Amino acid sequence: MTTADVLMLALGAVAVGAAAAVVTTRQIVRAGLWLVVALGSLAGLYLVLSAELVAWVQVLIYVGAVVVLLLFAVMLTRAPIGVSEDLDRSRWPGLLIGGGAGLGLAALLIDAYQWSTVDLADGAGAEEVGAAIFRSWVLPFEVLSVLLLAALVGAIVISRPDVSARVGR
Amino acid sequence: MMHPVIPYVIAALLFGLGVYGVLTRRNAVLLLMAVELILNAVNLVLVTADTTVRAALPHTGGVFALFVIVLAAAEVGVGLAIVLQLYRLRQSVQVDEVPLSYEERLGEAAGSGEAVPLDGDTWSSNARTASPWSVEVIP
Repeated sequence: MTTADVLMLALGAVAVGAAAAVVTTRQIVRAGLWLVVALGSLAGLYLVLSAELVAWVQVLIYVGAVVVLLLFAVMLTRAPIGVSEDLDRSRWPGLLIGGGAGLGLAALLIDAYQWSTVDLADGAGAEEVGAAIFRSWVLPFEVLSVLLLAALVGAIVISRPDVSARVGR
Repeated sequence: MMHPVIPYVIAALLFGLGVYGVLTRRNAVLLLMAVELILNAVNLVLVTADTTVRAALPHTGGVFALFVIVLAAAEVGVGLAIVLQLYRLRQSVQVDEVPLSYEERLGEAAGSGEAVPLDGDTWSSNARTASPWSVEVIP
């Protein structure tokens, strides 16, 4: 057990616990706040794994933008603030499939990697990742910018109020 | 030095929790949060694989994780637009109340006014037309 292992175990425990709270809490706003904890500890995990840029982008985009967007959606759909009992349907199918997928994948990966060790790579800061993107992965990067534009336009078109007002007339 | 099995198992557990959330939650916004958990589990696998697999191109896992983060941002934008439109139509974002078939929607339009949308007139008159899903394009 090295320092990196201990750090990863601690951050992973926080991430898994917060994720469990996200999918089981009875208050919608608290689910969003637990999501912040889960995503933040995942950013810490990326830092331990020496993926520096990914960690900061995670903090900026996920914790900063996506969670705020989700909380806005909670407010705009007038979700109840207090405890609401009807957030879940029957749990058994979800427990069966989710638990099966999670534990099955975990067993598979434990079997594949055993207790092997690996040296941590030298840090993937902005310079290295930038070079990798703009040398090897330029085309997906450009396609991604087109996709972002399409998603932007699509979101605007979908949320136009006159579309829903005229449905089926 | 580190044991790569630790982050891999964490990612697998996060994925399982996300799948559980997607299958169990009824509120569409909570469903999107569970989808975010799944995407983050995949990101963790990509970043870990970047250190464990000595690929010909270095830092590819990190690059792919960045791509997945951007895709997730686009997904959540469009998803929330759809959720808000659903709320505007039905005053509810419970995903298991959305009618999936023509008959179900006909029965709902004829039946009780439990989930009547904002413009109930157009809803029920629409049910009598040929296609319940027709959306008129605004000129």
